Amino acid sequence: MSEITYLEAGRDALAEEMRRDATVWAVGEDLGRGGVFGQYQGLVEEFGPERIVDTPISEAAIMGAAIGAALAGTRPVVEMRFSDFALCAQDELVNQAAKARYMFGGQARVPMVVRQPMGLWRSSAAQHSQSLENWWVHIPGLVVVAPATPADNKGLLKAAIRCDDPVVYLEHKDLWRASGEVPDDGEPVSIGAARLAREGTDVTVVAWSRMVGVAEQAAALLAADGVAAEVIDLRSLWPWDRDAVFASVRKTGRLLVVQESVKVGGFGAEVAATIGEEAADALKAPIRRLGAPRVPIPYSRPLEDLCRVSPEAIAAAVADMVRG
Amino acid sequence: MTAPRDNMDPERLRGLYRVMLRIRAFEEAAEAAQKDGHVPGGIHQSIGQEAIAAGVCANLERSDLLTSNHRGHGHTLAKGADPTAMMRELFGKAGGTCQGKGGSMHIADFDIGMLGANGVVAAGILIAVGAAHALKLRGEARVVACFFGDGAVNRGPFLEGLNWAAAHRLAVLFVCEDNGFAATTRTAALTAGPGIMARAESLGVAARGVDGNDVVAVDDVTGALMAELRAGSGPRLLHARTYRLAGHTTADAGGYRSAEEVAARAKDEPIGRCRAALLGLGVAAADLDTIEGAATREMTDAVADSVAAPWPAPELAFTDVQDIGAPLWGAP
Repeated sequence: MSEITYLEAGRDALAEEMRRDATVWAVGEDLGRGGVFGQYQGLVEEFGPERIVDTPISEAAIMGAAIGAALAGTRPVVEMRFSDFALCAQDELVNQAAKARYMFGGQARVPMVVRQPMGLWRSSAAQHSQSLENWWVHIPGLVVVAPATPADNKGLLKAAIRCDDPVVYLEHKDLWRASGEVPDDGEPVSIGAARLAREGTDVTVVAWSRMVGVAEQAAALLAADGVAAEVIDLRSLWPWDRDAVFASVRKTGRLLVVQESVKVGGFGAEVAATIGEEAADALKAPIRRLGAPRVPIPYSRPLEDLCRVSPEAIAAAVADMVRG
Repeated sequence: MTAPRDNMDPERLRGLYRVMLRIRAFEEAAEAAQKDGHVPGGIHQSIGQEAIAAGVCANLERSDLLTSNHRGHGHTLAKGADPTAMMRELFGKAGGTCQGKGGSMHIADFDIGMLGANGVVAAGILIAVGAAHALKLRGEARVVACFFGDGAVNRGPFLEGLNWAAAHRLAVLFVCEDNGFAATTRTAALTAGPGIMARAESLGVAARGVDGNDVVAVDDVTGALMAELRAGSGPRLLHARTYRLAGHTTADAGGYRSAEEVAARAKDEPIGRCRAALLGLGVAAADLDTIEGAATREMTDAVADSVAAPWPAPELAFTDVQDIGAPLWGAP
């Protein structure tokens, strides 16, 4: 095990996969100087500008060219800089990448990873803060991954690069500097298996990405009051680990889904509805969801904070559920 | 009148004539089958534009790559696809090029380097550029031909794709088939500036214009551009002027242009011009009639085969979505 940051874990994963497979390459804006957050630092020195490819600010072309390159037998790792900017390349991602394999009758694969740094971070305001994971989950053909820890950012990025289908890979900008133990074995983490972040018996808190850590903080607050919250880190949203959530809810009888994104129409609704349809008999209390209000993300810090789900808000919701 | 070069090989011209006739026969047979209720989705015919597909693809190797647009039957046939599998695809039947899951606008045949028609105008430009980028990364000498229409030059991928190809010096031949119409609107009415070639040149992509109804000229100019591309010139653009004699789709009655205009332009259509040139080279009319009869029969047979072909197995609706997180058969 080594103690490294979430950012370093992503960089190491890409470097290891590029050493392992000559068809893997990275393409995006400013990669040669390390990427906008430094997550590509040092890679051009090792792999050269042919495989760490700088691009014009042409998101549609970055995405579209990656599709063509994937169809022609390579494995591009696309950097979108901010998840919000991927919206400039939606025809390419949704109409082309996600559908090529199916509409060509299985003749083609599109093995590409689309890295989309997402989420609330340092007053980045309305066009640099969004979490749009539910958009991609809605599109057949896409795999959607949202790592919460350094270990997962290494193992899941490696798995995403080895995946033969397009993967939307959502790193959280507020986690870049988070550090943690990462295995040295270089093994990928299987996409689709949730991680039990904290064991508990009174309530199941389902979260992903940045919200896993917030839920763990809430669980610590609740433990002081004698409430044992179980925290499940979904890790991937398509596919999502239904079995893990079902098993936990059958144990605790309560479900709270926590997302950073806008609550309305969010992925939490999918989790809640699935449990409601298929495991309502196990519930001792109504399912709850927490998420952002349906507003663009404001710039001012106190206003931005109003859009954040806090450990206290999670603890309060759980306390309500447990009290009945 | 198509003017053959002094050294024009009658055999090569006869081959181009045959390809054009096969494209025409395929699309006429598809339209008839659609009228008979066999083709459920829309089709975009390239009737009148066949010389561009034939002339460009005559300069491609089987291993070269191709991207196409919604009007792509001709490009696909000219690259070497099997018309029976293509017709089955239009019918949505088993054994179609895409197992009946794509239809006319998504025909692809990766065995012959055909990376897909496309239902979104200009989308193939970026895919072609990326395919060429991959070839460069892998050190392969193959080239990519990228067909799109005049409507595509007003979409962003034209700018982004040509810039990218020029900046990275990629081996892409951009082929703009300028039939004068963006769907059912005259492109000139809504396209600013000095024209498509000037736009390409402004992005550092050298462009050549050609009479796209003159198959000899298309073949010649493409041959010259391909020689440059294969020598490492970086991207090139071919601007081929033509006229779409059929509607935008087979459902388009063409009320935006007069019958007189279409009739006048029909006199200039490429197959008749090629036939006249072949006769001028001393090829016997009976010989040309034989080629035409064979093309018609081939496509009539493709229709008969497709009528008799079975539907795809229902499970296919659920296959080839994705490996991880694949849908379960019958599950929502």
